[in-house]
Amino acid sequence: MTKYTEDDLKKELETKEYEYGFYTDIESDTFPVGLNEDVVRAISLKKEEPEWMTEWRLEAFRYWLQMEEPNWANVHYEKPNFQNISYYSAPNKKAKYDSIDEVDPELLDTFKRLGISLDEQKKLAGVAVDIVMDSVSVATTFQKTLAERGIIFCSISEAIRKHPELVRKYLGTVVPQRDNFYAALNSAVFSDGSFCYIPKGVRCPMELSTYFRINQGGTGQFERTLLIADEGSYVSYLEGCTAPSRDENQLHAAVVELIAMDDAEIKYSTVQNWYPGDKNGKGGVFNFVTKRGLCENRAKISWTQVETGSAVTWKYPSCVLKGDNSIGEFYSIAVTNHFQQADTGTKMIHIGKNTRSTIISKGISAGKSQNSYRGLVKILPNADNARNFSQCDSLLMGNSCGAHTFPYIEAKNKTAQIEHEATTSKIGEDQIFYCNQRGIETEKAIALIVNGFGKEVLNKLPMEFAVEAQKLLEISLEGSVG
Amino acid sequence: MLKIKDLYAGFDGKDILQGIDLEVKAGEVHAIMGPNGSGKSTLAAVIAGKDEYEVTRGYITFENEDISELDPEERAHKGIFLSFQYPVEIPGVSVTNFIKTAINETRKAKKQADMPAAEMLKMIKEKADMLEIDRKFLSRSLNEGFSGGEKKRNEIFQMAMLEPKLAILDETDSGLDIDALKVVANGVNKLKSEDNAIVVITHYQRLLDYIVPDFVHVLMNGKIVKSGTKELAYELEEKGYDWIKEELV
Ligand SMILES: Nc1ncnc2c1ncn2[C@@H]1O[C@H](COP(=O)(O)OP(=O)(O)O)[C@@H](O)[C@H]1O
Ligand SMILES: [Mg+2]
Repeated sequence: MTKYTEDDLKKELETKEYEYGFYTDIESDTFPVGLNEDVVRAISLKKEEPEWMTEWRLEAFRYWLQMEEPNWANVHYEKPNFQNISYYSAPNKKAKYDSIDEVDPELLDTFKRLGISLDEQKKLAGVAVDIVMDSVSVATTFQKTLAERGIIFCSISEAIRKHPELVRKYLGTVVPQRDNFYAALNSAVFSDGSFCYIPKGVRCPMELSTYFRINQGGTGQFERTLLIADEGSYVSYLEGCTAPSRDENQLHAAVVELIAMDDAEIKYSTVQNWYPGDKNGKGGVFNFVTKRGLCENRAKISWTQVETGSAVTWKYPSCVLKGDNSIGEFYSIAVTNHFQQADTGTKMIHIGKNTRSTIISKGISAGKSQNSYRGLVKILPNADNARNFSQCDSLLMGNSCGAHTFPYIEAKNKTAQIEHEATTSKIGEDQIFYCNQRGIETEKAIALIVNGFGKEVLNKLPMEFAVEAQKLLEISLEGSVG
Repeated sequence: MLKIKDLYAGFDGKDILQGIDLEVKAGEVHAIMGPNGSGKSTLAAVIAGKDEYEVTRGYITFENEDISELDPEERAHKGIFLSFQYPVEIPGVSVTNFIKTAINETRKAKKQADMPAAEMLKMIKEKADMLEIDRKFLSRSLNEGFSGGEKKRNEIFQMAMLEPKLAILDETDSGLDIDALKVVANGVNKLKSEDNAIVVITHYQRLLDYIVPDFVHVLMNGKIVKSGTKELAYELEEKGYDWIKEELV
């Protein structure tokens, strides 16, 4: 009789292989490994950047040389050898396509295997897709509709060439070059990423969406995203990724900067599924991300993330609530399995008066993984009547994994109201049996329970993304039980 | 339909059930009564296939097939339903989503397509009305914060939706006030037919006024020590269980 026990669960968790372990072989134009000022200059040259941009990168590179890799996070890994990474790689075929027929069939096939073919994406009402494959954008759709409203949505390289005044004004204003080790590295060598500008009073009529892939063995990926919502505007931005299976560790150090001006609102949703490494903890992506948003008066930024991938994740989407009455939100589901390690959370920096923040964090740990929530709520002296509500829930599967919560609070204003709640639970055999008795097999039962656990966060995702996120949650815990 | 022969089962090498013999035919209603801790819920769980319990002797057949080796969900797919004495909570999963999943998983196991949404909705509405279940209730998280009565009513709602061949109702009456009891019993009676069977576990005769059993069995220390017709239930109500114990000695 195949019966479900904690032991089976443990065993099965270890046999789950990464679903999306394939990679697209498109001839690439790749730099040799190593990093120095010449490489930084070469990247800038390759991308036909103006002088100021090259200088900005070099400045960042010089800061980076002075900095040390941080080690305060609750993650353990072999530090990457930064001289052993190639910092530029671009598909060598024609980069831009007018129609889907021109896109490399192999890439399309990849998307099909992910269940997110471009075709399907196009049909999904109102989703513009800017695919970043390796480092250069290969397809952009729905540009016209956006252009009619004055919305700029393009790769950051294109923005540097076509909208230098905007990029120059805002790049590095939320995440400065020397913010941290990885941000400095990213600033020096970022290959590509997305740029978005929503003009005053404009409501972006569709979800803006980007799919990232890491495609070349040994190539680090350094995405740079800059999103500016001008006064009174609104945008919902989706970012999602899957990565092919690789043996060596791949470094991913992205920077995302959001600027919400007075009365603007930005919803930034992420589904992250980088290759997590195999069941023995070999390989997998190192994901060291700096994401931060700045809110001016009455502005609102919501970060929603579903994190299922990466071997090591280090990520704290944050809000700087600078303007009075501004609002910051963070909704997160982080799943770890096998030997995955995630140290993720948020920082809410209350500077303005009557600022409010909400943090809902759901951690799901299985296998031998470690899942940490690290959050900082900081209330500055002038932030009268600031309010924060934090809720951190952990769900454990089996006995070999760990869930940790590190909530930090720094309140320098007596009127602050801060609430923190935390729970830890386990998927119970009684819950599983109850589902089984109703005809629901154990694997499906786990998916049901996990989706229920993460519901508050999944509900924050745009509809079509929520469906995909649920699928991802199922996949990442699939085969985890007998 | 259900045949249990010389069944010994328990866990950690200790048998709680000590030689159960029971046969339930289609169209019949059986009541199992007995003091607390006599093994009633254990029997229900063993029939449903909870793997915590180990069958050390005897066998269970359902529709002439030995089901001992089947997983609980396979038994469910064959039409065995258990209304739990203590239904579990599943936070964030609505009553509707749960029952939808249960129905479609069962259909999938039978190589049938998902139930069309319109049909599902119609059925949900029908069954909810029959059991006087408020529409709002259906969007609440399964059993989370439900009163005892709501939990039991929800169990019977699921039974109504799944239309099992064999329904085992474990202390469905506990937690229900008299009005709710009537509604629930009424619902169960409507589901009764010549093709299905019901096993009612209770230790009060009260429920049996509404769901009238063809047979009543007394379970004590893991054994059926006495069987009879519904009159036995009245006798138990009046005299308790001690006289049976004395009879046994
Ligand atoms: N999971 C369990 N762990 C420990 N003891 C149990 C468990 N399940 C049942 N028992 C024991 O088995 C006996 C029968 O319990 P149960 O079947 O629940 O009785 P009833 O439903 O008739 O009240 C009791 O002594 C009870 O304590
Ligand atoms: Mg009981």
